[in-house]
Amino acid sequence: MSWRADVLLGGEARGTVLRMDAPVSFWGGISPETSEVVLAGHPQRGERIAGSILVLPRPIGSSSSASVILELLRKGKGPRALILGVRDAILPIGVLVARQMGWNVIPVLAMADPPFRTGDGLRIHEDGAIEAGT
Amino acid sequence: MNLSDHERGVLSGATGTEGARMAMEVVVETARMMGADRLVPIVSSHIDGCLYHGDAGVLYCEKLAEEDARVAVPATTNVGSLNLLKADQVQLPQAQRRMAYRLMMAHQRMGCTPSWTCAPYQTQARPEQGQQIAWGESNAVAFANTVLGARTNRYGDFLDLACAIAGRAPYYGLHCPEKRAARLLFEVSGLPEPLLREDAFFAVLGALVGRLAGDAVSVIDGIPGPVREDQLKSFCAAAAATGAVALTHIVGVTPEAPDAATALGGVPPEETVRVTRDMIVDARDRLSLAGPGPIDCVSLGSPHFSEDECRAVLALAEGGTFRVPVYICLGRHTLDGLQADGAYAGLQGLGVEFVVDTCVVVTAILPRRPGVMMTNSAKFAYYAFGNTGYEPVFGTLSDCIRSAQAGEVVRDREIWG
Repeated sequence: MSWRADVLLGGEARGTVLRMDAPVSFWGGISPETSEVVLAGHPQRGERIAGSILVLPRPIGSSSSASVILELLRKGKGPRALILGVRDAILPIGVLVARQMGWNVIPVLAMADPPFRTGDGLRIHEDGAIEAGT
Repeated sequence: MNLSDHERGVLSGATGTEGARMAMEVVVETARMMGADRLVPIVSSHIDGCLYHGDAGVLYCEKLAEEDARVAVPATTNVGSLNLLKADQVQLPQAQRRMAYRLMMAHQRMGCTPSWTCAPYQTQARPEQGQQIAWGESNAVAFANTVLGARTNRYGDFLDLACAIAGRAPYYGLHCPEKRAARLLFEVSGLPEPLLREDAFFAVLGALVGRLAGDAVSVIDGIPGPVREDQLKSFCAAAAATGAVALTHIVGVTPEAPDAATALGGVPPEETVRVTRDMIVDARDRLSLAGPGPIDCVSLGSPHFSEDECRAVLALAEGGTFRVPVYICLGRHTLDGLQADGAYAGLQGLGVEFVVDTCVVVTAILPRRPGVMMTNSAKFAYYAFGNTGYEPVFGTLSDCIRSAQAGEVVRDREIWG
């Protein structure tokens, strides 16, 4: 299987999907220390986003979320890639700033209704092509 | 993307400093990601990156400053995590305090105006109708679009600063006149007129509109004039907290709404909401988590309290002192007027604690224990529990003052009709 997504920020990655089954703002919803989902009542509460291919069907929340992902990338606790269900600039700006600082750089893609489920293995290519399997 | 020669030169590093190049890259990349085909020059920026969220953001702002990034347009700063006029008020660990201070100073080094306020529109920094700006801080964005008729999207961490340095913003969304037309119509003329004139009504209406509108532009019809600017401030802050509202038109009140048809861009609304008293009471009650009983503090000033509002506290208190701490959060720009004629001393005499440059909900000022906070701010009510652990009780300013004097919730139910 393969898919094609819009490239917000290009890069290569491979890994295992963690899908957020409910919207979560990085600011207030994800710990900048541990990368754990801390939002009360969230279906993925207690999961760590570090090292995952993070799928966010509905990116929401405070613009301070850019600071949270920047903090995670600096600590090496960021996801390996972001796949957003909607074009939204807040998280990609945090990733872009990390790139300017020479910290960990990850690809950010956007596609409507991303079909990926938690546990799926994916490979992401520079041009936005996504392949099943790690 | 259609970039000017100047923009291209800065982006390539041929013109200007490395800091300017980094900022231009953030602006141009955001424009590309959001599908804008050009940038638009801006006349001002309000920068919402001054709160400490971790060391990474501090290091980035310091890097920009070291690489000689300087703001190209007047740029006010939003609240920081410290009261720079009263160092011991904020109880942060020493390491965090140092980083919070470094973050604020990095913004000053880049040429920002050190206003440290979420209400920059109370200062001279007021853009005019139709001017393009890049403002952060959700209430300030909503106020600038709604009340002043200036044009901005909801900017935030790093992008507002990058726009200020570049002097430009990605041209999409509310920068474009055709995207400013309302899609939803709220009809409030069925509510009793005395209620429509109450200060607290505007906060509650904002909370309702934010929840129903999400990020859509709305128009409200049926508000009788005149409306005071502090009422519009409360409305905008509430709508931008419970929703992602960046612009609301109010017929006969805001500059782009001489009538409903104009605000709607000549197209029928996608949805019309007839606001009832029950909807207002429900929206009001959603702003309280605690019921009747003792309170631990009263918090005022989100957005930062105006001079008029401070004077209203003095008048309402009638010399009676407070049994619980009363925090008034305000910008340093408001202090001069209050100090000129004794109002400041009068409020201090009642027991008011002034919080300058920051506020009680974004940094560590309140004693760290469970408690109940009474407030007339829908924005404080919305964020209090998550940020401080205090359970909010919403009331009018008069309710807040009487409750502070009694040490427990006192409410006038009459005004709600």
